[in-house]
Amino acid sequence: MRILLEKFTKSFGSLTVIDEMDLEIDDGEMVALLGPSGCGKSTTLFAICGIHRVSGGRILFGDRDVSSVPSQQRNVGVVFQSYALYPHLTVAQNIGFPLMIRKESNADIARKVDEIAELVHIGNLLERRPAQLSGGQQQRVALARALVRKPDVLLLDEPLANLDAKLRLEMRSEIRRIQRETGITAVLVTHDQVEAMSMCDRIAIMNEGRIVQIAEPMEMYDNPASDFVAGFLGNPPIAFVDGVVTNGRFATASGAMTVSLPFNAGERERKIRLGIRPEFFRPGGTQPVAGKITFVEAQGRETLYDVALEDGQILRSIQTATNAATVGEKVNWGIDVERILMFDEDGARL
Amino acid sequence: MTSNYRSWPMILALGVVTIPLVLMYVYLFVDTVTNTAPGSVVPHEFTGEHWRFLWETLPGRPSIYVATLNTFVFATATTLIVLAISSTAGYAISRLNVPFRAFFLAGVMVLHAFPTVTLIIAIFLILQFIGLYNTLIGVILVKAALELPFGIWIMKGFYDTVPWEIEMAGIQDGASRLTVWRKLVLPQVMPAVMALGIFSFLAGWSEFILPLVLAPDNKVQVLSVYLAALIADDNNFDMALFKSVGVFYVVPVIIMFLFFQGKLMSIYGGGTKG
Ligand SMILES: Nc1ncnc2c1ncn2[C@@H]1O[C@H](COP(=O)(O)OP(=O)(O)OP(=O)(O)O)[C@@H](O)[C@H]1O
Ligand SMILES: [Mg+2]
Repeated sequence: MRILLEKFTKSFGSLTVIDEMDLEIDDGEMVALLGPSGCGKSTTLFAICGIHRVSGGRILFGDRDVSSVPSQQRNVGVVFQSYALYPHLTVAQNIGFPLMIRKESNADIARKVDEIAELVHIGNLLERRPAQLSGGQQQRVALARALVRKPDVLLLDEPLANLDAKLRLEMRSEIRRIQRETGITAVLVTHDQVEAMSMCDRIAIMNEGRIVQIAEPMEMYDNPASDFVAGFLGNPPIAFVDGVVTNGRFATASGAMTVSLPFNAGERERKIRLGIRPEFFRPGGTQPVAGKITFVEAQGRETLYDVALEDGQILRSIQTATNAATVGEKVNWGIDVERILMFDEDGARL
Repeated sequence: MTSNYRSWPMILALGVVTIPLVLMYVYLFVDTVTNTAPGSVVPHEFTGEHWRFLWETLPGRPSIYVATLNTFVFATATTLIVLAISSTAGYAISRLNVPFRAFFLAGVMVLHAFPTVTLIIAIFLILQFIGLYNTLIGVILVKAALELPFGIWIMKGFYDTVPWEIEMAGIQDGASRLTVWRKLVLPQVMPAVMALGIFSFLAGWSEFILPLVLAPDNKVQVLSVYLAALIADDNNFDMALFKSVGVFYVVPVIIMFLFFQGKLMSIYGGGTKG
């Protein structure tokens, strides 16, 4: 089911949280809403499922305008961050609840519950109560309950936030698998960029109630529309260096770093900001830059270095763990200039 | 069982302290089935005569069974009213966007602060005016009204602890607001409902001043009033009879306690863990 938000606006009293957002999600697509805390991700999600009434604009499922349709009639499955399982019911009753509300026969309910429990691999837990389940199992129950009545749309509000690192990894691929198998249109709210990149077809990055960019994960990684987006995607994060460019030559204010750029803004001095991803600053890079290592973080397979320029600006570098530089060491690594991202004063991509 | 301290000094101390209480209870019961000569503490004969109120109606008194039935109706009806209104009003105040919410809450609290006695004259006049004086219905309504503030506050407090997401999940699952309340929220606050029910019932069972003033008639008399009338009657003063009726009066309470103590503890009261 295609979802379309048209000039969707949401305000709480006099506070406008979302202002005229446009968003189209194709049938069977999984889209991530990614953004910092408080940017309006949950608000958008709750508007789609009908918990929040829209203050302006329209929400369409397919060609049907659902802006004023009550939640109960929207046929949207929601997985809440806290899972919101019903503690007094067993797992089977939890999953079967939406069907029971529809007054389906007990035999039908039992059959469908079994089916969906099989899909999310909790077939052996049906008689337990939520308090007797681990976080990951609860998560699967919540997913099963959201899916059991074959909703048109599946909404997930930070479904992995409460899980430990290993389970998170596992559930990431699980959710994606289930979404693919059921072909359901899904929206995933998260503030974890890895989650967004690994699970979704497209990512919509939000900031202060607006969508700043929507694109496929790699496309967005390689071609961020602004320094905000560039800063949000990538782990370890991109490093920014501020300076001016004249005649295609970039220099920081103190002259601590100069590189020539494949970008000619003419004679006139122009303030710009360079974004350099850690993987493009390394020994053997094309344009050498001098600096001193201020921080080393061994991550096992790779090692992350913070390199301070003379004026204090920081570059980051990530290298395979074979290289053994230590804190305090002076290095002269190079930047892959053709991979540098350039932004103007306002943060827009050049 | 092993313990990291010796328990007998504790038991001894507690025993000594409770002896007077235990003696009182023992004598309360013993006196109902025996006769004791004046001045003596040891009874000299067994007798069933103090329980005669069970098979004959005392002169000028209503039958004990009428009084018991009245008490039962009174306590049950107030409990049902209190439960019905507290569980819904508490929910409304906790969750719904009612106008004047804060005012309501404070008002309810203030109402509860009024001692019953200060209101009783006014209530008496009102009941008489609307024709409910000397009726069970009248005194039931008054008792329930006085119990409600407490009940509403307790229930509101419990509803506040039910996660908001559970309700939203229920709505997403297609249930109406009412179904969500009945099937998903109410079960979470069941311990509170049970406790409130028991408290209301006991409060109703032991209520004295309201029935005394508002429904003193033989037809609608409750046990507390029946009992009080026994000692108020100077002509046929009978302490043993009084004690017997007293024992009769508390037996249902004890039965109820035995029945519910296991239940109250075993009510499912878990939450979801993260
Ligand atoms: N019921 C409400 N009344 C008033 N303001 C609200 C309400 N709900 C949310 N807001 C405000 O709307 C903004 C967006 O909230 P929202 O919950 O959508 O953020 P979010 O992007 O989901 O953040 P997080 O990642 O922390 O969950 C916040 O500034 C929040 O304070
Ligand atoms: Mg949120």
